[in-house]
Amino acid sequence: MLSCTHILTMDDLTPEDIALVLDTADSFGEVNERRIKKLPTLRGRTVVNLFFEPSTRTRTSFEIAAKRLSADGVNFSASASATAKGESLRDTAKTLSAMACDLVVVRHKYAGAPQVLAECMDAHIVNGGDGIHQHPTQALLDLFTMRRALGRLEGLTVGIVGDVAHSRVAGSLVPALKKVGARPILIGPKTLMPPRPDVLGAEVSYSLDEVLPELDVAYMLRVQFEREAAMPIPSVREYARLYGMNGARLERAKPEMIVMHPGPMNRGVEISSEVADSPRSVVLDQVNAGVAVRMAVMYLLLGGDSSGAAA
Amino acid sequence: MALLLKGGRVVDPAVGLDAVADVVVRDGVIVEVGEGLSIPKGETIDCAGKVVMPGFVDVHTHLREPGREDEETIATGTAAAACGGFTAVCPMPNTTPVCDTGAAVRFVVERAQEQGIVRVHPIGALTRGQKGEQLAEIGDMLAEGAVAFSDDGRGIQSAGMARTAMEYLAGFDALYVGHCEDESLSRGGAVNEGVVSTRMGLPGQPAAAEEVMVAREVMLAELTGCRVHIAHISTARSLEIVREAKRRGVRVTCEVTPHHLFLDEDAIVSYDTSFKMNPPLRTREDREALVAGLVDGTVDCIATDHAPHAAHEKELEFELAPFGIIGLETAVPLVVTHLVREGVLGWSDVVRLLCHGPRAVFRLPEVRLEAGMPADITVVDPDAEVKVEPTGLKSKSKNTPFAGQTLFGRPTEVLVGGRWALKGGEVVPL
Repeated sequence: MLSCTHILTMDDLTPEDIALVLDTADSFGEVNERRIKKLPTLRGRTVVNLFFEPSTRTRTSFEIAAKRLSADGVNFSASASATAKGESLRDTAKTLSAMACDLVVVRHKYAGAPQVLAECMDAHIVNGGDGIHQHPTQALLDLFTMRRALGRLEGLTVGIVGDVAHSRVAGSLVPALKKVGARPILIGPKTLMPPRPDVLGAEVSYSLDEVLPELDVAYMLRVQFEREAAMPIPSVREYARLYGMNGARLERAKPEMIVMHPGPMNRGVEISSEVADSPRSVVLDQVNAGVAVRMAVMYLLLGGDSSGAAA
Repeated sequence: MALLLKGGRVVDPAVGLDAVADVVVRDGVIVEVGEGLSIPKGETIDCAGKVVMPGFVDVHTHLREPGREDEETIATGTAAAACGGFTAVCPMPNTTPVCDTGAAVRFVVERAQEQGIVRVHPIGALTRGQKGEQLAEIGDMLAEGAVAFSDDGRGIQSAGMARTAMEYLAGFDALYVGHCEDESLSRGGAVNEGVVSTRMGLPGQPAAAEEVMVAREVMLAELTGCRVHIAHISTARSLEIVREAKRRGVRVTCEVTPHHLFLDEDAIVSYDTSFKMNPPLRTREDREALVAGLVDGTVDCIATDHAPHAAHEKELEFELAPFGIIGLETAVPLVVTHLVREGVLGWSDVVRLLCHGPRAVFRLPEVRLEAGMPADITVVDPDAEVKVEPTGLKSKSKNTPFAGQTLFGRPTEVLVGGRWALKGGEVVPL
């Protein structure tokens, strides 16, 4: 059993919870290799994907996870609105609550939306990404992937490279790594660093090349900037040159270092095609792990224990 | 009609008074202050154990009328003010439409005469529509009773426009009230940039967004000779800029809100939008510096920035919710609870910060507890409990971060020109 009823941020999970999720996901991973990839475990339970922001990858991953556990999955798309035009988040939450859902996965453009749902609903809430705050299931699937690829988590040095300040992926991955005894280093230009990285407990480096030899994992964040008045980098070209993962950098890294990316990748910017398609890249393993980890999260929140998971 | 406030602790540093005494009011005017006074007929109010002070004024209020009468009106806002111990308020011009013409000022003045429980001294806009582009009709608004000018809600982003406004105001020796926020730095920031913004994953606005504009306003005050008042100052460095400017003789003053004195960003532990205001709650060090500024006299006034918002709008996602909290009914109890009872301020300091300080800055009619002055009087029971319950508030809006707290220091009587606005802790309707 997990110690929490919701997964809103990584703070909800103890190190034991994390281990339980990863172990449970391991057994579900086996199910995903079968020809008939379906368990009856959550039959009759209703899982709602409440997405206030367009997302294909995360939503599909949750949707497949729900289906493989035989839960009834429903997609609910809504738009976040500052005006009275749309239904308020609270009203949406109460509406869903009245329909008696068991678990709600919420993706929202603004931080804190999952907390609001947890306050207004009886269902279990899983944060599927809120604003620039957190994305805990992504962090869990990343840990799962690292553990699979490198055989351990404790003591790993993980470089998180890119727009850390605006990344909910980093927002969850940093505390997740801390909880399992790994060492996160935030890497990028100072304009893309959070105002107080010390609060997250992470080290910071403005030079990828300097810390590259220490890394067991290079976690490349997606870099995408609209043209804006105070763009935080001078050009994509310069960014790629200073912080992109390419063949030359790979050669200077530890031979066992893996390269990760939450997707979708900007080839030629934060990651070269050469690296993305190399055996050192575990990007597709991450996607694969996503389904198993999300199955584990749903299964554990809805009352399962790890022993009977894949039975 | 005569009235005797009997046996209270009468405090007014302007007349060197802090003693148990009686105050006699007749026909709206104070006629005598002294010991052992009596009146042949009329009403006697026992003020034993209470503190009797010249009327408090809030120089930073949002009354929302015209335009958002669902959030507050001149009637409800002034009732809240009376309940909070104020005899006068200065409403900001960011109404709908913006109070940027003489006619708009006249509307507020006349509506307040009809429906105001306390006095209302409007603040006009500096620029048309508060757009920061073109001067509003300052002279016209002055003629109709505007006491100061501000684009509060937004800072004037162009230094050139701010200078023009100050030059023009200086010609009238009128007061410029600066909302200091450089939007190129603050843009999108819902909380203070730092520990909390990082932890909560909320966009932050750095202290420097305020400080660079405070510095600019000081420089422009020097350049133009205009009287400049910095609204809701919230950081230690901003205060230091004002302190240094005052030392050099620049005509600059400032105010601080109760929420910046008694809350800091560490109070933001959930996404409760009752803690979202602009400027945002800063750090503990900033808060302590502001309290020190009250004590050393750098801060001229405590002002509420009372900002009513409809519940359904305030209940949006944190980043979408409007900035602002209500403050009229909690300001005095907060000051009494956290500053007077803790021994940080004396009652004469309270009078300085809530009465004489703001009146001097805004050149409002003077009130003193002496014969011949208008009877604008605030009486506070320092030991009476105030339970902050949103449903019990006079304000139409209930957005307060202090909900559920038990404070001390209830305003019990408020006289406005000798008329009861608050009596026995109850608002007296017109």
